[in-house]
Amino acid sequence: MKRLHLERLANPQLLALVAVLLINWLLFPNFFRIAWQDGRLFGSMIDVINRGAPVAILAIGMTGVIATKGVDLSVGAIMAVCGAVAATMVVAGYPTPIAVIAALAVGLACGLWNGFLVAVLDIQPIIATLVLMVAGRGIAQLITEGSIVTFNDPALVYLGTGSFFGFPMAAVIALVLMIVVTLLVRRTAIGLFIQAIGVNRAAASLAGIHSRMLLMLVYALSGFCAAIAGIVVAADIRGADANNSGLWLELDAILAVVIGGTSLLGGKFSIPLAVVGALIIQAMNTGILVSGFRPEFNLIVKAGMIILILMLQSPLLGNAIGFFKRDPKQANSR
Amino acid sequence: MTATWEDIVTIISKLAIAASLVTALTSVSFAQENLKGLTIGFSQIGSESGWRAAETSVTKQQAEALGIDLKFADAQQKQENQIKALRGFIAQGVDAILVAPVVATGWEDVLSEAKEAEIPVILLDRGVDAPEDLYLTSVASDQVKEGRVAGDWLVGAVGDADCKIVELQGTVGSTPAINRKKGFEEAIAGHANLTIARSQTGDFTRAKGKEVMEGFIKAENGGADICAVYAHNDDMAVGAIQAIKDAGLKPGTDIKVVSIDGVPDIFQAMVAGEANASVELTPNMAGPAFAALSAYLADGTAPAKFIITESKLYTPKDNPQGEYDTRKGLGY
Amino acid sequence: MADGEYVLEARGVMKIFGNHVALDTVDFGLRKGEVHALLGENGAGKSTLIKVLTGAYQPDGGGIYMDGAQISLDNPLHAQSFGIGTVYQEVNLLPNRSVAENLFLGHQPLRFGFVNFRKMEADARVLLANYDLQIDPASELGTHSVAVQQIVAIARAVQLSGKVLILDEPTASLDRNEVERLFEVIRGLKAKGLAIIFITHFLDQVFAISDRVTVLRNGKLIDTRPLDDLSRTDVVRLMLGKDIAFSGATDIESNAAQNEVLVEFKGYGRKRGVLPFDLTIHKGEVVGVAGLLGSGRTEVARIMFGADPADQGTVTVNGQLTAIRKTTDAIRHGFGFCPEDRKAEGILGDLSVRENIVIALQGKLGWFKALNRDEQFEIAGRFSEAMDIRAASLDMPVKLLSGGNQQKVILSRWLATDPAFLILDEPTRGIDVGAHAEIVRTINRLRDEGMAMLVISSELDEVVAYSSRIVVMRDREMVAELRGKNINPGIIVQAIANNTDEAVA
Repeated sequence: MKRLHLERLANPQLLALVAVLLINWLLFPNFFRIAWQDGRLFGSMIDVINRGAPVAILAIGMTGVIATKGVDLSVGAIMAVCGAVAATMVVAGYPTPIAVIAALAVGLACGLWNGFLVAVLDIQPIIATLVLMVAGRGIAQLITEGSIVTFNDPALVYLGTGSFFGFPMAAVIALVLMIVVTLLVRRTAIGLFIQAIGVNRAAASLAGIHSRMLLMLVYALSGFCAAIAGIVVAADIRGADANNSGLWLELDAILAVVIGGTSLLGGKFSIPLAVVGALIIQAMNTGILVSGFRPEFNLIVKAGMIILILMLQSPLLGNAIGFFKRDPKQANSR
Repeated sequence: MTATWEDIVTIISKLAIAASLVTALTSVSFAQENLKGLTIGFSQIGSESGWRAAETSVTKQQAEALGIDLKFADAQQKQENQIKALRGFIAQGVDAILVAPVVATGWEDVLSEAKEAEIPVILLDRGVDAPEDLYLTSVASDQVKEGRVAGDWLVGAVGDADCKIVELQGTVGSTPAINRKKGFEEAIAGHANLTIARSQTGDFTRAKGKEVMEGFIKAENGGADICAVYAHNDDMAVGAIQAIKDAGLKPGTDIKVVSIDGVPDIFQAMVAGEANASVELTPNMAGPAFAALSAYLADGTAPAKFIITESKLYTPKDNPQGEYDTRKGLGY
Repeated sequence: MADGEYVLEARGVMKIFGNHVALDTVDFGLRKGEVHALLGENGAGKSTLIKVLTGAYQPDGGGIYMDGAQISLDNPLHAQSFGIGTVYQEVNLLPNRSVAENLFLGHQPLRFGFVNFRKMEADARVLLANYDLQIDPASELGTHSVAVQQIVAIARAVQLSGKVLILDEPTASLDRNEVERLFEVIRGLKAKGLAIIFITHFLDQVFAISDRVTVLRNGKLIDTRPLDDLSRTDVVRLMLGKDIAFSGATDIESNAAQNEVLVEFKGYGRKRGVLPFDLTIHKGEVVGVAGLLGSGRTEVARIMFGADPADQGTVTVNGQLTAIRKTTDAIRHGFGFCPEDRKAEGILGDLSVRENIVIALQGKLGWFKALNRDEQFEIAGRFSEAMDIRAASLDMPVKLLSGGNQQKVILSRWLATDPAFLILDEPTRGIDVGAHAEIVRTINRLRDEGMAMLVISSELDEVVAYSSRIVVMRDREMVAELRGKNINPGIIVQAIANNTDEAVA
């Protein structure tokens, strides 16, 4: 039991996160300083979990999709649509809960649409979700009429900038979502079925798994998560920015899932590690901001770090240095 | 969403304000009678930002006020759509063409076709890499000057006090980011008490502006060391204002906020005392364009090849509420 | 080593992976002009030895000798330059290029620096004539049958190397006639003095073509013997180290016919799949299905299981008229299905043995009645013991298991659902002798316990051994049903061949 515990802590994702945080600390000695200010925690580490939350939320949904050997390119655009729906509705005077529920429903519908294209029409996921990736932003612009819809509805703003026992609301939402979804897939047979479909859909179907329904479910979940992220991001800036909300975040989410050890070829997956992946990405972003590097280096630094992390995870290198090598029993016990 | 009386009243008042703005902006219209009844094609890039949407609405309003039949074509960010639209205008035999080019290259062929058809073309907002004789004139703002106006204001505002500035850049490598940075640096160059302590990109977006400002505040002693923030556009400034408030500081007082564009939300921030200055990038590119066209059609006066729009500075003293109301209906 | 005239020889070759000894001081000698069969169960070290002989692996001890002189092989290309060519089970050519290009790829005849297509095709025609292949060299390789592609691959290998030819399970995906065709080619090459190593799972084929046989077991050399003085039993004994009881033709004169009817298909069929057939299956009987590849035997299995649903006819289960439109319908009625293509449709390669075993049961239980880890381990443990699944751990990925053990996992998967009717499509194809026997034993046991089964197999001896009844498929049609003393290979072959009237009892 004890050995298992230690091995878990030594997994490459957590080590990478610690490494990135340590580098940040070397570049900026106050990185770990956290203060209590106006009833909330305040510090760079808090920024990491707060700013990392949207990508983490997307990654939670994206993990299920990628585990089925799919990909959801539309999440960034769905964020824009759902943020626009929530914002325009509160501006039009609807009560906040109604606006939020409507936005979540729209995200769910977008996800179901993707699921329909993939599961029923058998369109390749990358093409199927490309449809909404392109069209979604246009829809969002139609909703906001091309401008940033600014709002001041306190309840909606709280979802993006509020704090819960001092912790940023966005991070709390991401954490709760992670726990709920992880329990949902691990305490039921859904996780096993998702893996089975990702590994071999033909064999899974012959073994009596309703692969269509499951695919619909994972894409719907991804759309739902994108809706939550879209609401959080809009609430954070008190405005729905159809052009920029969630722009390119689908790629960050995919990267987070991959850093989290889920293969793009489907199969084994881990939602908590995908969230760690999102935190690693954000820790790099925040580190770059406080380090004072010139912005021209942002992407180079980020790309270099990601290559390093992915190399550390590669089975070849892992075996070569014998450090991250885990026996099959461990690898499967997640 | 059923329209209530209030909605209707709001709409009417918006229209009234928009109309008054048009009247203000087109006060020279009496001199442009010769444009009445002309057909003019307008190929717009798309509606990728609020400013672009405002430019479209102002252009349409201008045309209406002058009695021009404006043919509007939205290119949805694609040059091929723009070229198609221009060919369509030429085929229809319009009297003139306005185009806001999505990219700088690849215009020679279609501009030559317009020249052969003797249709004058006016470029709005952005330039092209094509021989100058292929178009009548180009109306655009001077981005370096915008930066300089912002810098000059800050120099005046801080006086002799030491001032550590943080800068929120536009998208790395984009022309406005480069020029607005350059102009600002020129303005503060002679003043050793003003220094740019940190500079990062906020990608011209509100969300990134907020995130980057949060990082700056942490890195600069909880924001206590920062005297001013200079943002390459108002959206990033609005994000930065929120970050400053979240850190328990007062934007506009503890940290001065100066930015560029003059979008409605920055005027609202000025009303609340949270923003100090914004340099307007006017959405009225069509006004000077129509004026130049009118003069050219009247007696063949060749206008200047590059017409520079005014880069006007707004501060809380310039009736920000009024400016907000004026702009609100334009689609920003 | 009486005659030191080996073309290719391995002396005391060692190969170690981690702490696993894959080859333990193995000697192997290959003579000019012989076909030398290399046998062993999965994991015996056959493929490791081949990889050492072709330079894909470097030996950790011992050496490779050619015509008595020691050589070192850096990689398969290097081995090719020594005259050692290999043809694999899956044809390693470019299906979308022409036959001629595939033959000469990498060393095309050039003219002014350009490929001389005319000369290349002429050369190809001459070369193919040596193999009695009358095909257009300009045609796309992929348009030809696997057998023809296999022969083209051999022609290429011989052309490039010309001394030693290694055939790694070349017959696995060929039907009977195609195998015979291939054998003629091999005999021709042997007559020309080529030394040939032949690897296969089919003992018949070993005896049909080989001169000598080398048997490996657990990485060790067991023996190299001429085949003349060996019987099939001898070879099996060498491979397994023990006698296995192949029960031979049994007398399962079924009282099954008097048993309760479990499933009844009437006029059941599917357009472009199977012509309508009638078939009644009783509890406690095994219905064997015989027929050539493409006769519709797999299609029968898929239509019964709802993988490709029927579009005509009716099905009755336990006296109740029902409909099977998808696999889950079939599973609800207690059906199970082990597909022919284990890798593509059977195993969930990256998932553990445990997960592979419980998946169908969990599928039946649904999303929310999840088996917890302990239950999963209990079920998987029970079946892996009952079926003698050789896995280091129940948590290791199933793809790391040998073919035979994977088949046992899939069988366990269905047994865990407590099925009433099992459909097995080629359950013993491509698996080692030990697992083969285990599966045959299991089929017999399940039948005796009262389960109904439909078993498709191209190994007639095997079908005869466990079937209570045999249906014969030809041209997508069920053409005969054999019972009692008619269940013997000769009559089945006749039925497959044509003589339906005589065959039906």
